[in-house]
Amino acid sequence: MGIAIALVLIVIGSIVFHFISPWVMTPIASNWGSIDDTMLITLIITGIVFIAINFFIAFAVIKYRHDKNRKAKYEPENKKLEVWLTVITSIGIIAMLAPGLVVYSDVVTVPDDAITVEVVGQQWSWSFRYPGEDQQLGKSAIEYISIDNPFGVDPLDPAGQDDILVLNNRLILPLDQPVRLLMRSKDVLHDFYVPQFRVKMDMVPGTMSYIWLTPTKIGEFEILCAEFCGVGHFNMRGHVEVKSPADYAQWLTTQSTFVETLSKNRSETLSVSAQSGKELAQISGCLGCHNFNDASIGPSWKNLYGKTQTMVDGTQVIVDDAYLKESIINPMAKIVKGYAPIMPVMSLDDLQTTAIIDYIKEKGSSDSDSTESQPLLSGQELAISKGCTACHSIDGTKLLGPSWQNLYGSTRNLTSGQQIKVDDSYLMESIFQPNANVVAGYPPVMPPPIINQQEAQAIIEFIKTL
Amino acid sequence: MNDEVEHDMHEPGSFWTKYVWSQDHKVIAIQYSVIAILVGLVALVLSGLMRLQLGFPGSFDFIDPSAYYQFVTMHGMIMVIYLLTAIFLGGFGNYLIPLMVGARDMVFPFVNMLSVWFYLLAVIILMASFFVPGGPSGAGWTLYPPQAILPGTPGSDWGIILMLVSLAVFIIAATMGGLNYVTTVLQARTRGMTLMRMPLTIWGIFMATILALLAFPALFVSAVMMLFDKTLGTSFFMPAILSMGQQLDHEGGSPVLFQHLFWFFGHPEVYIVALPAFGIVSDLISTHARKNIFGYRMMVWAIVGIGVLSFVVWAHHMYISGMNPMFGYFFATTTLIIAVPTAIKVYNWVLTIWHGNIRLNVPMLFALGFVSTFTIGGLTGLFLGNVVVDLPLSDTYFVVAHFHMVMGVSPILVVFGGIYHWYPKMTGKMLDDTMGKLHFWGTFLGTYAIYFPMHYLGVLGVPRRYFAYENYDFIPDSAKDLNAMISVMAIFVGVIQLIFIFNLIWSLFKGKPAGDNPWQATSLEWQTETTPPGHGNWGPHLPICYRWAYDYSVPGYEQDFLPQNDPGKEQPVNADTNQLKGVEA
Repeated sequence: MGIAIALVLIVIGSIVFHFISPWVMTPIASNWGSIDDTMLITLIITGIVFIAINFFIAFAVIKYRHDKNRKAKYEPENKKLEVWLTVITSIGIIAMLAPGLVVYSDVVTVPDDAITVEVVGQQWSWSFRYPGEDQQLGKSAIEYISIDNPFGVDPLDPAGQDDILVLNNRLILPLDQPVRLLMRSKDVLHDFYVPQFRVKMDMVPGTMSYIWLTPTKIGEFEILCAEFCGVGHFNMRGHVEVKSPADYAQWLTTQSTFVETLSKNRSETLSVSAQSGKELAQISGCLGCHNFNDASIGPSWKNLYGKTQTMVDGTQVIVDDAYLKESIINPMAKIVKGYAPIMPVMSLDDLQTTAIIDYIKEKGSSDSDSTESQPLLSGQELAISKGCTACHSIDGTKLLGPSWQNLYGSTRNLTSGQQIKVDDSYLMESIFQPNANVVAGYPPVMPPPIINQQEAQAIIEFIKTL
Repeated sequence: MNDEVEHDMHEPGSFWTKYVWSQDHKVIAIQYSVIAILVGLVALVLSGLMRLQLGFPGSFDFIDPSAYYQFVTMHGMIMVIYLLTAIFLGGFGNYLIPLMVGARDMVFPFVNMLSVWFYLLAVIILMASFFVPGGPSGAGWTLYPPQAILPGTPGSDWGIILMLVSLAVFIIAATMGGLNYVTTVLQARTRGMTLMRMPLTIWGIFMATILALLAFPALFVSAVMMLFDKTLGTSFFMPAILSMGQQLDHEGGSPVLFQHLFWFFGHPEVYIVALPAFGIVSDLISTHARKNIFGYRMMVWAIVGIGVLSFVVWAHHMYISGMNPMFGYFFATTTLIIAVPTAIKVYNWVLTIWHGNIRLNVPMLFALGFVSTFTIGGLTGLFLGNVVVDLPLSDTYFVVAHFHMVMGVSPILVVFGGIYHWYPKMTGKMLDDTMGKLHFWGTFLGTYAIYFPMHYLGVLGVPRRYFAYENYDFIPDSAKDLNAMISVMAIFVGVIQLIFIFNLIWSLFKGKPAGDNPWQATSLEWQTETTPPGHGNWGPHLPICYRWAYDYSVPGYEQDFLPQNDPGKEQPVNADTNQLKGVEA
């Protein structure tokens, strides 16, 4: 008896809940209203079955409840009934599947007039590439990825020279224009998900995937990651902004192309060895303490090569290949006067050491103080666009990494058991060598951001204000 | 097995061989079940911890993102593999197969014993991952590479290795058990027990075991391949990628290949859990409604049909995985076709109670509860199976609600119903009725309250596997209140389970004596000479089977049930006697 009442109440409750629930589909902002329609068909058919089955059980439980004086009916089979039920079920299934497959064929068939935009995912941020004037994206590969070439565009592919690169987690799309989103990932699986667009797709390293849609509303929508991609998954945020075609065209002209960013980054005209030394210096974290300005934590690399340095013990040393090599491999051997003996031993092979020395030679001797221009964005803008705030809150909330609020000047315990005071040098090191000294209680999972010295300094200045 | 003398080979001598190193299928079944329930309690606690974070974000300091994802992963893996698979096949399968087909034991008792010990080893390895540096894997129960073996995912050093090794050991255990179940069903049935007279419980377990034997190898090889990728640097699943800003040495592998292998196992796995549940629920409903199961032959063919079809639907888990989108047509079609035999099963259950004489005993409550929750879970599956409807819903809370309803709540209701039903046979004592009803109502209504509204979070678009939902504009604050409500209900349902555990222990000592056949059931396990059945099950003579397992309320008889070993006063008088007639040797 109780179970019959419960089932009836569950059905009535579910129907009421369905109609008063404030949790409905997020208003659509793309052409895929037909997907919503197929969902509605499915809801109606399954809803009827749900109500019918539960009511039938409730009715049967009441009507045929136990009675000592009655015996159940003996009826092993009823061919006719079974055939009818099978036929009706099959019709219901076809009524859901057929329109579904028709709409699906639209979903997988990209119209000819669609423009192409590439979406690139990485832990835990988004970047976007537009094909530029030739309407063709250049080839890309993981092996081309470097600080200067974060998208990994093949530098020799003519189609890639005019590609427009957007690194700041913001996708801009024109209204009412079919767009094919080509997707790839640099590291693990991700999934480009905008609830208002309805369609979503995984981004798979090693291959490309796609979706297409036509934005139908001007406005800004959130991009989420819908495929688990590690501890930062829930905070891999981005935005898509739909602009009028005119605004979109205007915006596009203000963006820089691959060849422009590359030439800006490479204005130093370094040799091949020095170029790879530059990348190593970034990845290994050298640039956290050494730079080509006058103010740096370790000795500045500006005009360093060939210079005579005074050591803490008063001896004078001419900076040559041998000295630099020794200092890289065994940093404590000779400390320049005025600097603390804090440089960690670097595990680099001969070739890598030579590359870094070449970089110090070439870059340090070029009198190009101005090549590293002031960052265009403020520290706060950088923190958002480089994805820092995915893991570091600015309001004290505990996320993946330590919150930046009241961080500067505070004292923290490291996983190594050491205590440190958070100062410029610690922050700089933490940006370029994130997993060297991790604060206790946090996982060592921060990927080194793709930024230069000035940008890092701007972010540190921003942290100081919090 | 008809030769009764040869059987005494593993007659237990001491306490150790009787209860620990036992080769008796009944003891092994209980060992399997106790381990499964204990490890299931761990997973239950983990789900409570997850819900604390989701319902009350930031209130519990010890739950950071890493810990949260570890809870998610271990909860899912334990529930699906180490609880549900183990308890249906190792627990119910072991206990019921020999008793229901009229055998003295499994065909390979020693291998059967090895199976449970390998299972225990697998559980110990898995639990050990809580204590290694970095903790257990937090890769999600699907363990998708590349993230599962890379920094950035918790437990990517030791946790994932122990997880993969544990799975491999579990599969060895399941294979040893599975070979036994299949062989016993095919070779050790007693006289007269034709395949088409077997109780549906046996059909369900039999078919599920065949699925397990065919599907688990896919998981086994993918676990081994991922172990190689992790420890030897091979590139089965690893393309050229960056990790933490550095380019890795891997090249040329395919993450999607892993997903194909995983779901080639993973989808049949759903039915490895569901088919035994289907079978058991059929028997519970028939017994307690005092009526024959409706459409027995159709039910058998539905079980076989679902089993076969379950191998050609796997990629419906991968509509948005980046595989060739053309696969969507094929897998959407096969997936919706599988709904037909599944729907037939539901119809036949409800038609079985029609014209019945329904006793609302506790096992029957769980069985009816199952039909309701399974209907919801099955119907929402039609949303996700239809490729285009899946696009907006995939990877949202709709999926979480769907699979918890269909393969969490529904099978576990059957596990409970089955335990309330067969506990009297296993122990000779009835489980307490009042506690049983409390347990049912708390669990049934509680899980409805958890998962029904959860579908709506998914319709709204809330993505799954999120540690927190702060500052997402499209998620209204009311969704957070709903999350808090769901968490409260989840913890309530978790606590309710303590009643069940207490009942299991309390009734062992204080329960009412059950007698041999408290439910007046027809199948052979209720016709043993002693309860619980002694070693060898049947006394000096094996039972002879004269009829199918569903002769309830047969016209012309005083009592409302005819046991399968009752020759009756004449041939059974049912309309369709083809498969019921006579005694075949």
